[in-house]
Amino acid sequence: MNRITDFQEGDSLPPIQLAPVTRLDLIKYAGASGDFNPIHTIDAEAEGAGLPGIIAHGMWTMGNLAKIFTPYLEEGFIQDYAIRFKGMVFLEDVITLKATVVEKKQRQVIFQVQAVNQSDKDVLKGDLVFLL
Amino acid sequence: MLKESIGKRSEKVKNTIERGAVRKFAEAIGDPAPIYIDEQAGAASRYKRNIAPPTFPVTFDAGKIDGLDLPSKGLIHGEQIYHYERPLFIGEDVYCWMEVKDYYEKSGNFGEMGFLVVIKKGESADGELLFTEERIVIINEAARKGMTV
Repeated sequence: MNRITDFQEGDSLPPIQLAPVTRLDLIKYAGASGDFNPIHTIDAEAEGAGLPGIIAHGMWTMGNLAKIFTPYLEEGFIQDYAIRFKGMVFLEDVITLKATVVEKKQRQVIFQVQAVNQSDKDVLKGDLVFLL
Repeated sequence: MLKESIGKRSEKVKNTIERGAVRKFAEAIGDPAPIYIDEQAGAASRYKRNIAPPTFPVTFDAGKIDGLDLPSKGLIHGEQIYHYERPLFIGEDVYCWMEVKDYYEKSGNFGEMGFLVVIKKGESADGELLFTEERIVIINEAARKGMTV
C-alpha cells in the first residue's frame, strides 16, 4: 500500500464506492450518533417535511468520507476537515468517496474531498488537512 | 432573537469516550478499523491506544445554551468543520461546551434564510483544547416565524 506521503499534487487516494444506502444504515447511524431526527428514518415524517422520502444524515456521509484516510493513520491524523453539504442522499443511492491532493507542505497534505452520487452529482464537498 | 444569542455559551459537560460507543459509531459509518476498535492494534499504533473517528464529537453532550430553542423542523445542515490538536483517545474524558459564534440572514430563492453558526469545543481534563467543531445550520423563514410566536 502507498504511504500518504507518496501521493503528489493532483493524485487521488483510492476512491471508495459504498453499497446502496439502506434504511438500516440510517437507523444504525441514528442510534450510534444520537441524531433521531425522524426525517432520516420514518417515511411519513420525511414526506411531512416535503421530501420525496427519507434522507441520509449529512453526518453519516461525512463520517463515511473520512474512512478514505483511515489506512494512513499510522502516518498522521486529520487536523482539519471542512464540509459543505451540497445535495441530499436518498435510499438506494450509490455514493462514491473521493480525495485528491491539492497541496503538499512540510507537515501537511491538503486534500479536496467529495462524495458524489450515482449521477456524479456532489452530495458533499470540502477540504481536509492531514497532519504528518 | 437569534441575533441576540451571539456570544452565549453553555456550561461545560464531561463526556467519557467509551469503547462500546466508538465501536458502534465506527460500524455505523462503515469504518470498523482496528485503530478504532481493536485494543491490541491500538496499543501497537503510534498513539499507543485506540482513537475515535474524526466525526465522533457529534455524540458529545455540550450542554444547552439559554434561550436558544431551535425548531425541530425547517432546519438544513449547511456546513460542518472540524479542527483537531490531536486525535481523541478511547477512555479519556472530554469537557465540552457550545457557543453561538454568529447569526446572519441572506435572501435566496426560498425567501429570507437564517444562518446560525454554533461551535462546540472539547478540552482534556487538564484544560488543553482538543478539538473545535463548527456547525452552520440554515433556518428557513417559516421555521423562524414559528420561533417568535
